[in-house]
Amino acid sequence: MELVTPGVGLIFWQTVTFIIVLFLLSKFAWKPIMSALSEREASIEKALSAAEKAKLEMQGLKAENEKLLAEARMERDKILKEASDAGNAMIESARNKANEEGGRMIAQAREAIENEKRAAITEVKNMAAALSVDIAERILRKELSNPQAQQELAQDYIREVTLN
Amino acid sequence: MKKLFILLFSFLTISAHAEAAAEGGEFKPGDMITHHIADDYSWHFADGATLYLPVILIDNGQLNVFSSSNFYNENHELVPYNGFVLDHGHIYRADASGEPAADQAGLLDFSITKNVASLFLSVALLFLVFLTIASSYKKNHGKAPRGIQSFFEPIIIFVRDEIAKANIGPKYERYMPYLLTIFFFIWFNNLLGLMPGGANLTGNIAVTLVLATMTLLITVFSGNKSYWKHIFATPGVPVWLAPIMIPVELIGIITKPFSLMVRLFANITAGHIIILSLFSLIFIFQSIAVGPLSVAFATFMFFLELFVALLQAYIFTLLSAMYFGGAVEEHDHVGDHGHGDGAH
Repeated sequence: MELVTPGVGLIFWQTVTFIIVLFLLSKFAWKPIMSALSEREASIEKALSAAEKAKLEMQGLKAENEKLLAEARMERDKILKEASDAGNAMIESARNKANEEGGRMIAQAREAIENEKRAAITEVKNMAAALSVDIAERILRKELSNPQAQQELAQDYIREVTLN
Repeated sequence: MKKLFILLFSFLTISAHAEAAAEGGEFKPGDMITHHIADDYSWHFADGATLYLPVILIDNGQLNVFSSSNFYNENHELVPYNGFVLDHGHIYRADASGEPAADQAGLLDFSITKNVASLFLSVALLFLVFLTIASSYKKNHGKAPRGIQSFFEPIIIFVRDEIAKANIGPKYERYMPYLLTIFFFIWFNNLLGLMPGGANLTGNIAVTLVLATMTLLITVFSGNKSYWKHIFATPGVPVWLAPIMIPVELIGIITKPFSLMVRLFANITAGHIIILSLFSLIFIFQSIAVGPLSVAFATFMFFLELFVALLQAYIFTLLSAMYFGGAVEEHDHVGDHGHGDGAH
């Protein structure tokens, strides 16, 4: 029974002390501690959301950069393609021109050769004619050194003339 | 370190034994245990190391203050002093023969007993710890906690998030100072009670009565319209049942803090009784062989008590928060609020 009978003195001291403790701790401990905690939590919250925002911004920037890069790459490709096209066209036209020029030169050469050939043939013909005349002359001269042969020849001519 | 405490604890029981033997013969474990868990006018740390505490009496409006050592003569025998006598742990008005007088009306005892001294010690400790922490919050403004601050911060946050926010709801903030105070008050005193020579403060019904009354008063004064409506016109209950329901609900208001009072008192006192009983076994069997077994069991119990010290602080705070939550809750449903009182 002794144990479960509250004593007046202890009730008094406990009440007084507890109320003082409650008041003083509330004012000087719990209030600053709780406000510091919530302040810190708020600042952490803020920092986290700022970091999140920065991350999103970074992502946006990165995407933009990538877009720019892709555009630049595309531009480069386009330029390269154009350049190569232009080069190809140039080469093509040069080749055509060269072919044309070459063809023309070949044709000219061929013509010159033809002319030369013709001239050469003409010369050969003339030379052959002269040679045959010369040979004939030399043969005739040799044949006609004999008076009998001369006679025969004259006879032949006469015969021919009469036939005419 | 804890083993050392147990060892010191066992010395205390031994000294108690010696005391009992000196007073005349047989060792009575019941008396020894009662002596250890009851309040006292002196603080007995060990034989030869007794702190005599001041006695404060109000005798029909007249204040008497003197040291409790006046009740003992040089042979450590109880003697009457100044018309008062100490008998079986209580101070009475003495009659001519030095025995407690028949008429004790108007005598109030406000002595600084062992429990009151222990209360002051715990309060000093609470101030020291939490004012230090509060100042380091100012010093470390916005920075990570350090030292003792980082030990208590998770506990404070636990009380806030798991006890207050979870059970009271959005209005939790104004109950925080009270919840934190009772939590740490009960925990610190439970632990101090486990110290060698410590007083059994939270195992004293007067202390738990005051704490439970505080919870009751705060609950009643923060009760909103729906809380009172539930008591005087419980929704869903026919009007003719009101003569039964209203008294039942009113008793319910009292039984909740009453359970708080008994739970804390009984748990802490029981823990002390068990540890002391285990040590008493040595003297009951009068055998050294029982010693190691007793110490082993008592060590186990001590660790359990360290846990119970925290657990009871948590339960008291949690249930208080639940009662506050029930008082400020805004609801229209026929709720089953306030039935969280099944713990421990």
